[in-house]
Amino acid sequence: MSAVTTDAPTSTAPVVTARGLTRHYEVGGGLFGKPKVVRALSDLDFELTPGRTLAVVGESGCGKSTLARVVTLIEEPTRGEMSISGTKATPDAWKSLRSKVQIVFQDPYGSLNPRQRIGQILMEPLLINRPKMPQSEREEKAREMLRLVGLRPEHFDRYPHMFSGGQRQRIAIGRALMLEPEVLVLDEPVSALDVSIQSSVLNLLIDLQERMQLAYLFISHDLSVVRHVADEVKVMYLGRAVETGPKDMIFDNPQHPYTKALLSATPRADPEAAKERIKLEGELPSPLAVPPGCAFAPRCWKAQDKCRAARPLLDGATQKSACFFPEGEGKPSAEAPES
Amino acid sequence: MSLLRLRNLSVEFATTGGRFRAVDQVDLDVDKGDVLAIVGESGSGKSVSMLALMGLLPWTAKVTADEMVFDGHDLSKMSARARRRIVGKDLAMIFQEPMSSLNPCFTVGFQIRETLRIHLGMDRKAAQARAVELFELVGIPAPEQRLKAFPHQMSGGMNQRVMIAMAISCNPKLLIADEPTTALDVTIQAQILDLLVRLRDETGMGLVLITHDMGVVAETAQRVSVHYAGQKVEEQPVRPLFRAPHHPYTSALLAALPERATDKRLPTIPGVVPGQFDRPQGCLFSPRCPFADDHCRKVPPAPRGPDLGLARCHYPLNTDERLAS
Repeated sequence: MSAVTTDAPTSTAPVVTARGLTRHYEVGGGLFGKPKVVRALSDLDFELTPGRTLAVVGESGCGKSTLARVVTLIEEPTRGEMSISGTKATPDAWKSLRSKVQIVFQDPYGSLNPRQRIGQILMEPLLINRPKMPQSEREEKAREMLRLVGLRPEHFDRYPHMFSGGQRQRIAIGRALMLEPEVLVLDEPVSALDVSIQSSVLNLLIDLQERMQLAYLFISHDLSVVRHVADEVKVMYLGRAVETGPKDMIFDNPQHPYTKALLSATPRADPEAAKERIKLEGELPSPLAVPPGCAFAPRCWKAQDKCRAARPLLDGATQKSACFFPEGEGKPSAEAPES
Repeated sequence: MSLLRLRNLSVEFATTGGRFRAVDQVDLDVDKGDVLAIVGESGSGKSVSMLALMGLLPWTAKVTADEMVFDGHDLSKMSARARRRIVGKDLAMIFQEPMSSLNPCFTVGFQIRETLRIHLGMDRKAAQARAVELFELVGIPAPEQRLKAFPHQMSGGMNQRVMIAMAISCNPKLLIADEPTTALDVTIQAQILDLLVRLRDETGMGLVLITHDMGVVAETAQRVSVHYAGQKVEEQPVRPLFRAPHHPYTSALLAALPERATDKRLPTIPGVVPGQFDRPQGCLFSPRCPFADDHCRKVPPAPRGPDLGLARCHYPLNTDERLAS
């Protein structure tokens, strides 16, 4: 649709900016042993812009959920910094910033309290964060939200078990929007839903984004959904971004071998399409023991000695990839300095 | 003669609110070497119909069928003991969640050897050798060590491979895979699906794939049976089904896929699958169907001929396409 823009920011300024975001966990070790470090997230740069969607894709263990926890201010990053609407997100600023970033979880059956009525569920964020707001105003806002997410007024007094999965996900989305956030983190919002329900929830998300100019961080493993909703795509592997760029460039001309393999492994709902599947050997290594050099090298069909020795940096103009021997017209990456 | 022949299979559950029909007059045929995909939303009875075939439903379920013949045995007239000799051996199933289907108290090696010991009467040595062989077949590295592992020590992909190894351990004639890849990552999913198809090619077994992922169906199946609210609403070979669906539900399901979208807004199917208390009188899809009229709401449609994909619809779609295909 839009012509290839060369790194020029869109008309609106980003609401979230992250530079070198890193989150490591220490595990095990016991009393005398040395604890091991899980590098869940390493050196991630990204921006979230109002009205636009950044999709993060990758397999389990790639750090998608850790990213969601860092962005929603549940976890403090080990290194790197993030700012939300110009304010640095340090723990002492968390309280005031949290209402700007909200999250919708994957499982609409587990994320709603079965003992609360829908009205209460929707009003609770206001009760906690806007304690001075009168009850009548809270209720009015909750009823308004019910309408906005496509539910009926009589649903206000019902319990979550009376709803289908799709309706529950609408309630969860409504709850996330009660504090009028600027950023919505969507952690696999439709992967627990059936296809017919999935499409209506996706439509709702697109509508809401247009109307409220929300910035979405859309986490998913379903590439056909990502292709539909995303503006920008970030492909992650073992805690690092291996490729990032505008959606069309990533899907039409993947540069990193992992992106290419991921795209080719995704089944396409077209029996007549030519199938050319890249088979990856083995599984994701444990994040406790990330291989030296390029983390993807042990599964990569193009890997050479250089890949196993040095780590490629995320390089490029609009579409960036981290690979010494990229696919297509990609430019080979530079080596990362020893850390 | 086909390997599996189901005629008029119905399953009812006795619930506190009365009887609930989860599977309604389903006919299915599977031949040797066939790959049949059963698709449908949750609650469409796709898993229950296969569990009924396996005889794994609880006592609250009432299974009725005119014919339930597998490989020449009439399963509905067999004693439970005789049936258990077939189930797990010639008729095997891969269950949905590998993590919760394996017994956490025993090593995977014990669990797979148990199958071999009971069904094939192997001694310990032979069973161990066969287990190693099976693990190699399904692509588990270092099989001797992995046999000693407990399910929680392995990843979901590895556990699913163990389930597959267990299911194919007695060279089944028919393998039922219930959402075998739903819990797995796409690169692992591709490996597992390739493995299932390769096994089919090598052993000539029949394969029934229960799934809701149309992408998986398009890439793996030969025939597709679409289920809705317990009924089979359409059955066609995979290519014509994707090209020219005859039942409005199939058509709507395909249109709702993001990858087929032409617009930023996706086409949706309004409403929900009918439950126990709001089952429509006529066609079960009529409340959600854009083409339904009074006739649809009153008279339940019977399946049409094979040229119309056995569609349970009064007004099937794409009727001209059958001339072209």
